Amino acid sequence: MTTYLFKRLIIAAITLVLASMVVFAVMEILPGDPARLMLGFNASADQVEELRNQMGLNAPLLLRYLHWAGGLLSLDFGRSYTYSVPVIDLVRERVVVSLPLALIALALSTVIAIPVGVFSAGRQGRAGDTFAMGAAQFGVAVPNFWFALMLIYLFAVWLRLVPAGGFPGWGAGIWPAVKSLLLPAVALALPQAAILARVARSALIEVLNEDYIRTARAKGLPYRAVLWRHALRNAMIPVLTILGLQFAFLLAGTIIIENVFYLPGLGRLVFQAITQRDLIVVESVVMLLVAAVIAVNLLVDFYYAVVDPRLRGRQ
Amino acid sequence: MKLWKTILAAVVLSFAAATSAFAARTDLVIGIPLEPPHLDPTAGAAAAIDEVLYANVFEGLTRIGPNGEVMPDLAESWTISDDGKTYTFKLHTGVKFHDGSDFSGDDVKFSLDRARADNSVNAQKGLFAQIDKVDVVDPATVKVTLKNPQGSFLYNMGWGDAVIVSPKSADTNKEKPVGTGPFKFQSWAKGSSITLVKSDNYWGAPVALDKVEFRIVPDAAAAVPALLSGDIQAFPFFDPDSVSQVKDDPRFKVVIGSTEGETILSINNKKPPFDKLQVRQAISFALDRKAIIDGASAGLGVPIGSHMSPANKDYVDLTGLYPHNVDKAKELLKEAGLEKGFKATLKLPPPSYARLGGEIIASELRDVGIDLEIIPVEWAQWLDQVFTKKDYDLTIVSHTEPNDIDIYSRKDYYFNYDNPAFDGIIAKLNLTSDEAKRKALLAEAQKILADDAVVGFLYELPKVGVWDAKLQGLWENAPIQANDLTKVKWTD
Repeated sequence: MTTYLFKRLIIAAITLVLASMVVFAVMEILPGDPARLMLGFNASADQVEELRNQMGLNAPLLLRYLHWAGGLLSLDFGRSYTYSVPVIDLVRERVVVSLPLALIALALSTVIAIPVGVFSAGRQGRAGDTFAMGAAQFGVAVPNFWFALMLIYLFAVWLRLVPAGGFPGWGAGIWPAVKSLLLPAVALALPQAAILARVARSALIEVLNEDYIRTARAKGLPYRAVLWRHALRNAMIPVLTILGLQFAFLLAGTIIIENVFYLPGLGRLVFQAITQRDLIVVESVVMLLVAAVIAVNLLVDFYYAVVDPRLRGRQ
Repeated sequence: MKLWKTILAAVVLSFAAATSAFAARTDLVIGIPLEPPHLDPTAGAAAAIDEVLYANVFEGLTRIGPNGEVMPDLAESWTISDDGKTYTFKLHTGVKFHDGSDFSGDDVKFSLDRARADNSVNAQKGLFAQIDKVDVVDPATVKVTLKNPQGSFLYNMGWGDAVIVSPKSADTNKEKPVGTGPFKFQSWAKGSSITLVKSDNYWGAPVALDKVEFRIVPDAAAAVPALLSGDIQAFPFFDPDSVSQVKDDPRFKVVIGSTEGETILSINNKKPPFDKLQVRQAISFALDRKAIIDGASAGLGVPIGSHMSPANKDYVDLTGLYPHNVDKAKELLKEAGLEKGFKATLKLPPPSYARLGGEIIASELRDVGIDLEIIPVEWAQWLDQVFTKKDYDLTIVSHTEPNDIDIYSRKDYYFNYDNPAFDGIIAKLNLTSDEAKRKALLAEAQKILADDAVVGFLYELPKVGVWDAKLQGLWENAPIQANDLTKVKWTD
């Protein structure tokens, strides 16, 4: 068990170091100069050079990498070129939007997907299953920004139950803040739920065909008990893998939904930083996201070890 | 029971009517498409900075009015010496910065000296290039001495980049702007909104609004539902393609005005075959400006024939010089020895006028035998490859700075255009302050650019504003990129 986890941790650390090199190199290769972007059409070349010096952009490449990577180790993420505030402040402001949004969406998609998957697996090939999987197919196919706009027109413009977009901040109260995250969470959750339901269904069907399930049924256990106690536990492994990937996506890959609802989330921070060549913000936020993804994967690995005793014994 | 309901309804209705008659609204939420990178107008070129702060939070010696006119601001009046080199500004007294400190001539000297210093990162440092020295005669009088007379000096001092800042807050304005304007900065939720509130110790006419929130709405598709739901009451810079969704709704006003954005097909004048006049003229003849405006700007926008806004008082209409004429274009290419046509690239930055306009222009040029490869680029790439390294054949961009015809005389500018006769006119213009003489010189400058077909002049970018029909006082035109809220109020 501990060797298994230790191995995973080493791999995670190596991944982080490699990722930092790749991220830094990619941002260096990108054409574009943050100083010129800030000063615009009318500034002279000398002035751009002056600003580059003030930003510390003229230092040698390796030195800048070491400075940045060294800072990361001591949890110093540097200062934004454009905003000229510490990157960590920017991240903190965005995480309080992105994280709750991701969690609500994840909860919604799980709450919808698992029962639907269980329901479908139990009625494989029958009308209920066909209908549920048809709906899931539809959910996967509909682009989420279109779905988001439909939700906005229905619930914000017509019914006026929620705002059409924006985020009032947690300072405005819990309910107004949560209210503004509801539609985006639904828009994010449904396509995710559709995928998850399909995975849950096929995983469960596979498990239900296993010999030990037949044995359990043969010894007289009722179907419900077999399903919940024996089948679902094993079917959770692929479901959790997908869930882990989805969480990583929900945390940063929601740029389109954040645009449609003009939410100040992490995805938009990174996108804006890329267009403004705010290199240090892009690099540091991407590294944080890499760390988050790795952490989630570690958790999933850890869970494997818990549910699958064979992994514990393996060296 | 029924009676009860009627009475209740009547009471509710009359109450609602009474409260609305009591006082007009004093709050406003304005949608802006781009978030400013920071809030210091003297340290960045991003138009979004001025769109929030100009005239609202920060003020200059002079300011630009709704139609591009120069108006007194912190300077209540001025005198100009006979040789045109010395400007003596009489400042308003009793003016305070939002942090409570007094405004005086020392702040003017500090601001102007800071903007033109060697380590200045003012994006429009050129505005201050002619200043020789700034003297504080007394707290309410400042004398600015120029190296040479400069006709546009008072206009230059009205730019957002020339606003007066206090030495105490100059270094922190990026995060917490402190100015002398009628609104003071309250808060900035990054990525979301910037809030201004009425300043109680404002020196001038008080504003009608108590609180203004600038909300960042990056997606044009999100702007329409935000208006319809009432979340946001004004979009001063609205996407032309979305206008059809709100223009018949009586709750909103759609206002089409002019900008200073000359949208042009820029040509690399030194790169063969574009160094040949006939080739550039052929391109101008090949362009069908109406089709481009229809396709790239929803039919809004005025065709131009040179580098000047049709709304400008010195504008000369040169659009008749190169009417859409495919045969003429082919003939000119033949004269240039290119009857078989040629291949070139067209680099397109992200705005829709460029991406949509580029497709149309590529097909129009194909009709005369010029085969364009379209290369989409983002702004950072565009600035790097096209603007700085001049590695391009053709590109489309809107030059939004006001009165910027002098860019064609700049050494090393990305057009690679070099015409001593034109440079001479601009040099003369810079030394002329007489209105009639300036007009004549500007007319000549426009004519030369059109004759040389330096670039393909397309159209003036429209300013499309959409706001609540009960809202008054927002600018119709955009002589500079700003949202001046000093005269904005709700009516009932």
